[in-house]
Amino acid sequence: MTLKQRVPMPLQDAQERIRNFDEVALGYTIEQAQQEADRCLNCRNPRCVTGCPVNINIPAFIHKITQGDYDGAYEIITQSNSLPAVCGRVCPQENQCEGSCWLGMKGGSVSIGNLERFVADYYNSHSHCATDPAITKQSRVAIVGAGPSGLACAGELNRLGYPVTIFEALSIGGGVLNYGIPEFRLPKRIVNQEIDCLLTKGVQLITNRVIGRNENIQELFDEGYKAVFIGTGAGLPGFLGIKGEELKGVYSANEYLTRVNLMHADKPDYATPLFIGKKVVVIGGGNVAMDGARVARRLGAEVHIVYRRAFEQLPARHEEVIHAQEEGIIFDLLTNPVSIVGDEKGFVSRIECQRMTLGQPDASGRARPVAVKGSNFFIDCDCIIVAVGTTPNPLIRMTTPNLQFNKHGCVVIQENGLTSMQGVYAGGDAVTGAATVISAMGAGKIAATSIDEYLSSL
Amino acid sequence: MFTITKRVRLNSCLSQITISAPAIAHKALAGQFVVLRIDEKGERIPLTISWCDKHQGTVTLIYQLIGNTTKQLDTVMEGDSILDLVGPLGVPTHIDSYADRVCVIGGGVGNAIAYPVAKAHFNNDVPVDVIAGYKNADFVILEDKIRSHCDNLYLVTDDGSAGDKGFVTAKLSQLLDEGVKYDHVFAIGPIIMMKKVCEITAKHNIKTTVSLNPIMVDGIGMCGGCRVVVGGQVKFACVDGPDFDGHLVDFDGLISRNSMYDNVHKCNLTGEVHK
Ligand SMILES: Cc1cc2nc3c(=O)[nH]c(=O)nc-3n(C[C@H](O)[C@H](O)[C@H](O)COP(=O)(O)OP(=O)(O)OC[C@H]3O[C@@H](n4cnc5c(N)ncnc54)[C@H](O)[C@@H]3O)c2cc1C
Ligand SMILES: Cc1cc2nc3c(=O)[nH]c(=O)nc-3n(C[C@H](O)[C@H](O)[C@H](O)COP(=O)(O)OP(=O)(O)OC[C@H]3O[C@@H](n4cnc5c(N)ncnc54)[C@H](O)[C@@H]3O)c2cc1C
Ligand code: SF4
Ligand code: SF4
Ligand code: FES
Repeated sequence: MTLKQRVPMPLQDAQERIRNFDEVALGYTIEQAQQEADRCLNCRNPRCVTGCPVNINIPAFIHKITQGDYDGAYEIITQSNSLPAVCGRVCPQENQCEGSCWLGMKGGSVSIGNLERFVADYYNSHSHCATDPAITKQSRVAIVGAGPSGLACAGELNRLGYPVTIFEALSIGGGVLNYGIPEFRLPKRIVNQEIDCLLTKGVQLITNRVIGRNENIQELFDEGYKAVFIGTGAGLPGFLGIKGEELKGVYSANEYLTRVNLMHADKPDYATPLFIGKKVVVIGGGNVAMDGARVARRLGAEVHIVYRRAFEQLPARHEEVIHAQEEGIIFDLLTNPVSIVGDEKGFVSRIECQRMTLGQPDASGRARPVAVKGSNFFIDCDCIIVAVGTTPNPLIRMTTPNLQFNKHGCVVIQENGLTSMQGVYAGGDAVTGAATVISAMGAGKIAATSIDEYLSSL
Repeated sequence: MFTITKRVRLNSCLSQITISAPAIAHKALAGQFVVLRIDEKGERIPLTISWCDKHQGTVTLIYQLIGNTTKQLDTVMEGDSILDLVGPLGVPTHIDSYADRVCVIGGGVGNAIAYPVAKAHFNNDVPVDVIAGYKNADFVILEDKIRSHCDNLYLVTDDGSAGDKGFVTAKLSQLLDEGVKYDHVFAIGPIIMMKKVCEITAKHNIKTTVSLNPIMVDGIGMCGGCRVVVGGQVKFACVDGPDFDGHLVDFDGLISRNSMYDNVHKCNLTGEVHK
């Protein structure tokens, strides 16, 4: 049997796309989806399913595609994943479903993510969301945070018949899907469509409401909620702690991305200001760094990514790194920032770096970068985006004395999502620290099942 | 949507608005602020809650007409609404219940924030002096409200057109030289004023709290734009503050950062930076 090649995802041309915020990956046509679906071996022991954090029945949905039954495929996916249009786009598939696909060993796993996206987009283009599963239960549940974990938890509880209210601090739901991940990777129309769909089904979303400042967790119970889910994410940006980080022109990736994604600083008729920079240095090598870099590139800057390890160690998804390279982003690898230098007006003027080499593996198993003595040099730049990780939002911790947190500020939970407080569950980045959309959704769903058990036992 | 129930133009550069927002009014304490956005295309800006009416479910803000958003806010009339209002944000001001005497210093629009702090002490039976400084008689705000919520009001203007002539710092030095003892000084106003107050109180070894106003976006600890250096450590003013120990604050850093957008005008896909 000759193995067919993966059907490549059609992309917007790199020279074109650095001048707009339209989606980079254009999506499969029906023919392409058919061709790719045909590659799946429909394995009896489908390793792909165990690779997916929510165990979507992948061979079954791909089989439906081969039969041309896209709605059937959608139904199978949504039994396990309520946001397929999102996950098909942003899951790190190479480490998850596709990373485990049997065909991967033979040089080309099935493009499961692309197929999932195809099915979801096909469905969304012709179907409206199903309405009103009857609210059959009495006990009201409060969800804190409308990111993927909160939305998944709300969706599942709604399906089980519970009246659910989501409290969201920002002006819109979606969490990182809306304020963090840029439009060209995940169009906001898709996120908002999913949220609208939940609302149609009777989930209540209260925006501009900060739990811990408006009401705290305990007061939610006083207001009559019988269970609470905390899905407040890991939005607190970290900094490097190097000299000059307070200069004007130094942003956290969160701030830079929020100003563009949420506040539309890129559009002339929106009021939010942004200091774009002619030459931008992005510090970090993860998805967040790639997103910051690619946004800055689209705003017209020359962009450098400064990362202290080598290409192979870049934690970002491979696809994002390739796309960033195609877009002309310059990778200064094995380079470590030492200090930031400002001009007489307090704006960034350059960054001092040192060269690194890779030494012995550290605790994480990755080669430890070691500074090369006497290798310091400067990169001129007028804007710096720091993307070196985030930690859980501190507000719940500061205002809920009875809740247990670990030393990283993450909520401590049991396997079923239960925290140290009765009736209070948690999941997503608030529990794990910065992770992935699909793991946050999986956690939201597990918590929903536990909440159902708990409320049924009352 | 949040409806403006009342609007008062206080003087040529200050306005006062009352907004219907029961969830905020119910919870707000002295020193806390809101972040508002007027419409879909608007910017999020922070403003301190001067006072609220729990029964009516309203909050009152006093703002200086500085730039884009504050000027646009002045065009939103009574009965009209703004799109987003979130709060109360920030850690409430710590009110000393056992102090022998505290001094609250307000400069200009800072008096809108000094007022609730003075009032909270006064209502707690803590003796409280207020030094309220203004540019001139035309810019005096909240005089009656402050006067009825403190033991001594020292009103000063730069030109002497109301109260004593001079800066709040001169009045503070004078009082300290006369032997008045304060357990705690609160200073709220222009950054340079807070810095100078701290220089004086440091000499007299008086604990001093300042209310900082860095540029903010979300107000919930997500962007890090509001970071300030306090005691050599980076703090996020929206979740750790806005009140900090004034003797530890890097005021010069804050002054510099707050000028970030002074000359940066909006650019879009052209990539131009207008500095
Ligand atoms: C720039 C960027 C790119 C990323 N790219 C990818 C990717 O390609 N693939 C991938 O799988 N993952 C990616 N991630 C990670 C992924 O987005 C997160 O793991 C996921 O969003 C976590 O979901 P969550 O529901 O736990 O939290 P969040 O998405 O952070 O949502 C939390 C929500 O809670 C709200 N909130 C916080 N505190 C309160 C409070 N006190 N009261 C009320 N509301 C509150 C917040 O405003 C927010 O809306 C990326 C992250 C970032 C920042
Ligand atoms: C916690 C806090 C409480 C505040 N309380 C009050 C108050 O009660 N009354 C009042 O008049 N002002 C207050 N301010 C300052 C107020 O937020 C600014 O005056 C306002 O943001 C100016 O916006 P603008 O669009 O009109 O000005 P522009 O000059 O057009 O604004 C440009 C940018 O700079 C920011 N900015 C400009 N000046 C300041 C400033 N002094 N502080 C913070 N950001 C600034 C704006 O938010 C915007 O991002 C407070 C600030 C903070 C952080
Ligand atoms: S949800 Fe993510 S990991 Fe699971 S099958 Fe879809 S793309 Fe793969
Ligand atoms: S492991 Fe690969 S080939 Fe096998 S069922 Fe899963 S996707 Fe298809
Ligand atoms: S305003 Fe964004 S972290 Fe404080």
